[in-house]
Amino acid sequence: MKKLLVLFILAAFVSVLYPLYSSFHGSTGLTEVSQFYASKENIEKVNSQNLVTAVVVTYRGLDTLGEVTILFLTAAIIAFFLKKESDKRTLRKNSEIFKTAAKLLIPIITMLGIYIFINGHLTPGGGFQGGAVIASAVILMFLAFPNMEFSHKFFESLESVSGLVYVGLAAFGAILGLGFLDNAILPLGKFGELFSAGAIPVIYSFVGLKVGAELSNILHKFKSVQADN
Amino acid sequence: MEFKIITTLLGILMLAMSFIAIYHKKMIVAVIATGAVGLFASIMYLFLAAPDVAMTEAAIGSGLSTIIFFYVLNRIRQNDKEGRESDEIDEIPNK
Repeated sequence: MKKLLVLFILAAFVSVLYPLYSSFHGSTGLTEVSQFYASKENIEKVNSQNLVTAVVVTYRGLDTLGEVTILFLTAAIIAFFLKKESDKRTLRKNSEIFKTAAKLLIPIITMLGIYIFINGHLTPGGGFQGGAVIASAVILMFLAFPNMEFSHKFFESLESVSGLVYVGLAAFGAILGLGFLDNAILPLGKFGELFSAGAIPVIYSFVGLKVGAELSNILHKFKSVQADN
Repeated sequence: MEFKIITTLLGILMLAMSFIAIYHKKMIVAVIATGAVGLFASIMYLFLAAPDVAMTEAAIGSGLSTIIFFYVLNRIRQNDKEGRESDEIDEIPNK
């Protein structure tokens, strides 16, 4: 009886949804939205070599702002719940090879992260990717040198300042009458150069700093509640 | 053709790693397998012409989240131990 009911419901779904399936036919060209992004005058308007970044930062900038907000909320909740700082841990000494390799790699990874978010409008990547790469350098530092001082204050203020600058830049566009998160508040520059695409590299640098600082803070919270077992 | 072979292999590897992550008895192996799924997924994204997503997946999916899993695992184990010890001496912990 129960199985019959399930079958009946499935059949009902099929009868409702089949017209959608049968009426679907693939199209040969770009969709309307993609055409809008890829049209020549709009490419010249944003003047960014990497069109994906232009779409993410300007046309869908609100979406990026929402993502940053979600990350901020996550960091805030983790900081709220993981309050207890444990006593000093007695850790096994790290091997010399690991320590030396970490010393060599940490600056290079950090530099790669900064490169990724500064060049977001020219090469693949952007603020989130760069921030995540910087945070992975920080985690390597935590693992290699566990007793190193970590300035919570500095990372928190860096995060707050970059968040404020990001929203401020976005609102500045609206005040100038160009639109929220418009990139034309700065001169657009020459296509394909580092200082081009208006405010995109500036905005993405601050997003990268914010994401990197936030993820580092989260990781440090998790590290600081560890204890001997 | 090569593209198809490589992506199929990557997909099979990802599936195998996910099964290990679900069914392995040792938690540490399961966590590392989860990280490996992220790593293979990032290579897959690279082949599917999404290098920016590949970067995010490699840094977060296979790097940071694995470390966070390990931190949480360590913390949970420690709580377990405390709980077991307090059971043995038959006392209610103050915390």
